[in-house]
Amino acid sequence: MSTLSAIPISYYLVFCSILFCIGVTGVLIKRNALLILMSVELMINSINLLLAAFSAYTNDPAGQIFVFFIMVVAAAEVAIGLAIVVLIYRTTHSIDIDVLNKLKW
Amino acid sequence: MFTQYIFYFLTVMALFSAVMVLVSKKPIHSVLFLTLTFFAIAGHYVLLNAQFLAVVHVIVYAGAIMVLFLFTVMLLNLNKDERSPKPLWVKIMAIMAGAMLLLTLIGVFRGYDIKTVNDPLTTQIGLVKELGRILYHDYLIPFELSSVLFLTAMVGAVLLGKKEQINK
Repeated sequence: MSTLSAIPISYYLVFCSILFCIGVTGVLIKRNALLILMSVELMINSINLLLAAFSAYTNDPAGQIFVFFIMVVAAAEVAIGLAIVVLIYRTTHSIDIDVLNKLKW
Repeated sequence: MFTQYIFYFLTVMALFSAVMVLVSKKPIHSVLFLTLTFFAIAGHYVLLNAQFLAVVHVIVYAGAIMVLFLFTVMLLNLNKDERSPKPLWVKIMAIMAGAMLLLTLIGVFRGYDIKTVNDPLTTQIGLVKELGRILYHDYLIPFELSSVLFLTAMVGAVLLGKKEQINK
């Protein structure tokens, strides 16, 4: 079948690497805590897609189960993370992470 | 050939909206572009014939998580520019660091190829029937434990979001 040679697994590797690096850059350049959480979501998604791709290419369903559990944990993580962001906003009236430097010294 | 075009289209869409998440000034635009990225990734799951994951991805990410983000942005009235963006040299350094990481990853992955056992378009492992059987046979304990995790997360989120009334 032509689809086998159409999309090699390396395409997924490159695509997911680029997506992951965009997420890393987002964590580095943003100081809005919300946008940092969103960049983390981007990274998680790139890894999920790569796991699913390898699972589909090697015919191993364990990878897709693993992606499912990652999604479960990510949902819990976002719920807690956003609650913390709301709490930070309530105490400092800003979600700028550079305000949170009390633990620095 | 047709799947290849779909792959390129979804890839370009995902990468473009991922970049726009970082470039756009208002947080609400970032959230909406992130939703677009998630839909593109859901399309990728469909392309891999991982139908269960595609549906779960749309429900969990585009449904639950994005609504949470949108609510937070609107609740906190954050729909304005960042007050003090990071200085230019920090941004340049961050982009360079990201590009270095990308270069390293691509250098590692270059020339890598696995022996593809099957055609991802005709594989059956991503279907709900197949995954459900495995999930309820081999991974029953982790599946049940994840409900405890969700309960903990829910209690934690409520507890964190509650206004402090004790000790006053």
